[in-house]
Amino acid sequence: MMLRINGLTKRYESPGGVVQALHGVSLSVSRGEFVAVQGPSGSGKTTLLFTAGGLLRPDEGTVRAGEVEPYLLNPEKRARWRARTVGFVFQQYHLAPYLNVEENILAASLAAPSEDAPVRARRLMDRFRLRERARHLPAQLSSGERQRVALARALLNSPSLLLADEPTGNLDSDNAGVLLDYLADFAANGGAVLLVTHDDRVARRADRTLRLSAGQLENHPAPTPADQSPD
Amino acid sequence: MTIWRLVFKEILHRKLSFALGLLSVVAAVTCAVGATSLLAAHDARTAALLARKEAELKSQMAELEDDMRKAMLKLGFNLVILPKNQDVGDWYADGFATEYMPEDYVHRLAESDIVTIRHLLPSLQQKMTWPEMRRTIILMGVEAEVPKLNKSPRTPLVQPVPRGAMVLGYELSQGLGLEPGQKVRLMGREFTVQRCHAERGTKDDITVWINLREAQEMLDKEGLVNAILALQCICAGPAGLASLRSDVAGVLPDTRVIERGSKILARAEARAKVGEKAKAALERERKARAALRRERERVAAFLAPLVIAACALWVGLLAFGNARARRGEVGILRALGLRGRQIMLLFLSRAFAMGLVGGAVGYAAGLFLGARLEESLEGAAGAVGLGGLLRPGVLPAALLGAPLLACLASWIPALLAAQQDPARTLMEQ
Ligand SMILES: Nc1ncnc2c1ncn2[C@@H]1O[C@H](COP(=O)(O)OP(=O)(O)O)[C@@H](O)[C@H]1O
Ligand SMILES: [Mg+2]
Repeated sequence: MMLRINGLTKRYESPGGVVQALHGVSLSVSRGEFVAVQGPSGSGKTTLLFTAGGLLRPDEGTVRAGEVEPYLLNPEKRARWRARTVGFVFQQYHLAPYLNVEENILAASLAAPSEDAPVRARRLMDRFRLRERARHLPAQLSSGERQRVALARALLNSPSLLLADEPTGNLDSDNAGVLLDYLADFAANGGAVLLVTHDDRVARRADRTLRLSAGQLENHPAPTPADQSPD
Repeated sequence: MTIWRLVFKEILHRKLSFALGLLSVVAAVTCAVGATSLLAAHDARTAALLARKEAELKSQMAELEDDMRKAMLKLGFNLVILPKNQDVGDWYADGFATEYMPEDYVHRLAESDIVTIRHLLPSLQQKMTWPEMRRTIILMGVEAEVPKLNKSPRTPLVQPVPRGAMVLGYELSQGLGLEPGQKVRLMGREFTVQRCHAERGTKDDITVWINLREAQEMLDKEGLVNAILALQCICAGPAGLASLRSDVAGVLPDTRVIERGSKILARAEARAKVGEKAKAALERERKARAALRRERERVAAFLAPLVIAACALWVGLLAFGNARARRGEVGILRALGLRGRQIMLLFLSRAFAMGLVGGAVGYAAGLFLGARLEESLEGAAGAVGLGGLLRPGVLPAALLGAPLLACLASWIPALLAAQQDPARTLMEQ
């Protein structure tokens, strides 16, 4: 099992009051599995994704990725773990405007330096049809290309878990289809993908779809016997 | 891909914000370096000015000394040491002494430790009739000067007259038609005229100078003299004569000291005073320059930290703005796994680059500005060159200090950026 989330609860305290964003959410994603969480805006999808990626400490519950429980690590080690294990893709791409395509992809290597990062970056650009765009700035790219750059960056350090937050939110259906194909590819090659979206059509591309509403998973499938084992 | 490349690219991307910060660092360094180079220029100009004035003073003093020497030469000797029982009235009236004292006195004086006397000239004088010429003359036997042993030897004021030679006053040489080289008899002895003086309008005009020994033999006064001429050192000062009298009395109790030619001495003293005044003026100038320097130092010591602090604040504010503008970027970098320290490095490297470039540019600008300011304060004439502005340690201080300052000013924004919660910023986007 790549990702196992158990009894996750997250509350936001704000001047306007306490918001219960997640309420006892448990789920797991295996290696080679593409899981989608579908839910309306405000249902807690982004919160769930960040919590799973070691970016947001839950109030209750555990997150376990492979053999690692990221929230038991100190921030420094958690960052290193994230660099090597997790890839993020967001709706807003979050590309550095002053770096070209190749440099944006290679920015991920700052977190996990390795000699063959340039080779892997080139391979990813080839695969995502970005080779001709290597020296272009994000402003010169279409939104589909931008999102593929973001995906290449997420994959540069060969993570085992890919977390995608509305990755097709700004894409037309053609580009969305291409991106989802890549995500499916990643899973097919042994990666674990957790995608959150409000879009039903996107969710349908996954191997498995879970529905989140008001911080709770609907029709929570009964835990399998393996899930209940103490390890 | 390195942090440096990222920093470099970001700087190129946000040129204006970086340039504003850079300008601020340049201003701070320019101010600090300008102040030090202004002071350096001040020092260099002061040194040149004082050196010039010192040289002027030196040549003025040399001139004065030369003048003095000439005055002294004209005066000859200004002290006369006479036997104590000599009637001074007679001496003044006749122009020569009639009493005697042992010639040895001059040696006692020479070997004494009186330092305010130079040049000692013993003489034996007598008013007489030149038997062969039937003329009244003053016969003056003189010897070579007796050196003062505790003084460095000096060129003698008078030439000794060798045996058989004679030096004649103007009246005699004219009246008798004598010229150097001619032979003439005096009291039965033959002399060769060695020299004839020009007219002096004193008793010198009727004086015959011969060798002291010969005079003693001729006048039957062996081992005796009746006057010792001496020169009082000008260094003795106005109070010198009184102390000299008692000093001489201590060595030669039965003598008296008479001073002559004090007008010339007074003139010489007045000239010496001019020298003193020039020295005092130089000292005043030196003090005025030092005071001016202190004042400039005070202004610099007040202004430079103020400008530096203001610039640091501005750099800090700009860094804060930069960090705010890059919240999303920092958020994604953290999500990618960059550690807080790396984020900090990202911002501090930028500040470092700003400081380094600003330090170099500010150093050059500071040198230029310092020189210009100094020139406008003191005039282009005598302005010092670049060499006078350079101070060791200022360039390293600028190249190390400016980056350090920029990093310190950016520290808090960098820290805040490193500590920002990536989840929150990414959700806000
Ligand atoms: N920092 C926060 N402070 C207060 N409430 C928040 C904060 N972040 C998210 N929320 C609230 O938590 C709930 C879940 O948010 P989110 O995880 O972003 O949902 P989704 O991604 O499904 O739209 C929403 O009601 C949102 O308003
Ligand atoms: Mg969301």
